[in-house]
Amino acid sequence: MLRRIRAANGGASDGQAVRSGWDALARNYKCNGTRGPEARLQLLEGRLRDYDAAVSRSDRENLALNVARRLKERGVERTVIPVGFTAEWLPDGLDFVVDQGMTTAELDAFDGVLTEATVAIAETGTVVLQNIPGQGRRSMSLVPDYHLCLVWIGNVVETVPEAMSLLQSKAALPTTFISGPSATADIEMTRIKGVHGPRILDVILFD
Amino acid sequence: MSETSLDPKTAPSFPMAAKAAMKDVQLRRNVAHATDVIRAKRARVVEEMPDWQELREAGKQIREHTMKHLDFYLEEFEVNCTRAGGVVHWAKDAAEAQEIVVGLVKASGSNEVIKVKSMTTEEIALNSALEAEGIHPFETDLAELIIQLGHDRPSHIVVPALHKNRQQIREIFMREMRLSELGDRPEDLADAARVFLREKFLRVKTGVSGANFLIAETGGVCIVESEGNGRMCLTLPETLITIAGIDKVLPRYADLEVVLQLLPRSATGERMNPYNSVWTGVHAADGPKVFHVVLMDNARTEILADKESRQTLNCIRCAACQNACPVYRQTGGHAYGSVYAGPIGAILTPQLQQLQYAQSLPYASSLCGACYEVCPVKINIPEVLIHLRNKVVEQSKGTLNLEATGMKAMAMIFRNERRFRAAQRLGRMAETVLPSKDGWITWLPGILGGWTQARDLQEMPRETFRDWWEKRCADEH
Repeated sequence: MLRRIRAANGGASDGQAVRSGWDALARNYKCNGTRGPEARLQLLEGRLRDYDAAVSRSDRENLALNVARRLKERGVERTVIPVGFTAEWLPDGLDFVVDQGMTTAELDAFDGVLTEATVAIAETGTVVLQNIPGQGRRSMSLVPDYHLCLVWIGNVVETVPEAMSLLQSKAALPTTFISGPSATADIEMTRIKGVHGPRILDVILFD
Repeated sequence: MSETSLDPKTAPSFPMAAKAAMKDVQLRRNVAHATDVIRAKRARVVEEMPDWQELREAGKQIREHTMKHLDFYLEEFEVNCTRAGGVVHWAKDAAEAQEIVVGLVKASGSNEVIKVKSMTTEEIALNSALEAEGIHPFETDLAELIIQLGHDRPSHIVVPALHKNRQQIREIFMREMRLSELGDRPEDLADAARVFLREKFLRVKTGVSGANFLIAETGGVCIVESEGNGRMCLTLPETLITIAGIDKVLPRYADLEVVLQLLPRSATGERMNPYNSVWTGVHAADGPKVFHVVLMDNARTEILADKESRQTLNCIRCAACQNACPVYRQTGGHAYGSVYAGPIGAILTPQLQQLQYAQSLPYASSLCGACYEVCPVKINIPEVLIHLRNKVVEQSKGTLNLEATGMKAMAMIFRNERRFRAAQRLGRMAETVLPSKDGWITWLPGILGGWTQARDLQEMPRETFRDWWEKRCADEH
């Protein structure tokens, strides 16, 4: 097959030419955001809400309190958390279980999942999760029906290119971009939230 | 429509299939509604991007660069994917790809697979190949589930069941899922699918997916989706088999910053689709323990060898051209006799068939250029259509072809002033006997009738420009 490709392209590619060719590609699109910190956060909030995620803010001291409030509002009693989740953000009196490699069926028995995030993209209303402490395995943030995601405002960027350059050094990790709850528009193009992934996504931005 | 075959080898020609589709009022209403909605959503989210044209240009350049160095990037992908624990297979055509996938599924010890929506598996009719070997594939994308349970075929690249409305879907679900009660709100239908599929997600041990992008630099794979069915299939099974055309490769991880902006906005009119998954080989304690990638040629290298139409391979399968196309919007997808319908299908399908079949597809266009305008990687589809029309004509040279003979006669007449004037006089005489209405001729005899079947022909003016000019000059003297 490679032989056929080389015949079609008039010869084999030379590594040096490939690298310089890539470097020369026109990238005149917007690579950096233009908004100030507050406007950036407001953009993220607006875009998350646009796709049916609920967003609130909290200061770091009251984060555990706000987590408790959110979970109670949503009627979530049993919550799974990843290894390495920051203990001080867990409120007392609620049931949190650390995922130490549960089976899918075990995950399915939880009401919700609580995670942190690597980065959030304001322009697209996206939170990005990777398999690192505090964020966990991909299936953990997928199987339970409710997802509460805590985003530190220092991890919020405005544009997709800014996010990708932050992720570059950890590109090999399993990575999931999440923009709102699971959704479909397959029936008459009517957007319905909640098909197979979590039906509800809540985000708390904290400083 | 349930018996629709989308095999270009056996499908009727486009004009015949289109004629039948045009009579299905319900189909046309469903297609028009769906494409109207996506177009409006796309226009809104494209408008808010001041750098959209720059993104398109970058997308185009990245794709062109990739095709130019496809050998390098595929090898790089293979090395990096293998290093990360994946197993890379190469398939020269559909039959070889089917054989590899069937073998891998059997080796995984499962006689069932859960599938992520994939046009590549539709292209090679993987489901039939699996079923023939006693393996049951479960489609998990809502639209693909509707298609599978309805014994139907996809009619759109992104929203394959857009030709069905909610009542039709409800009927299919009630019958196939054996439900005695089911509402017809989209929420009810999605709920039914959730319950039906959840058990499969938790049980089936082997997953099959396509790929949106293969990242050469890291050996990673990226899949974009909305429902979470993709994430289920990519993370819960023990074995994952990904099948991808060799055109799906992307040079570097950073290039995702371009395509992840272009694709969602163009495809579904969202700023970002709900879920993008990126994984690299096998990850300890996260996702499948065995991961295979099948890299498939299936005539793509032939397309690459054609300087004028190789841009076809730059396609990232967003379907914006389908939604924009005035022909597709009337006929829907099945008339194209291929899983790839619309403008991209009209150029891709005949080339995937090495122009031995689907020769009517390059003509299934008015060349209006709407497809080119919305294409996120700037594929000049009208240019490729014309190029392929030329190839179709070249191919039929030697056989008796009335159109070619007519064109030759026309060329002879146009080259000579006397012949041209004589032809005009003859034309004016001839048209006096043809039925006409308000200056338009509505019927032509014999093989010329093909023209007036779908259009009217304007009557010739009483006086030609030449006659007028000569008279005017004579008057002045």
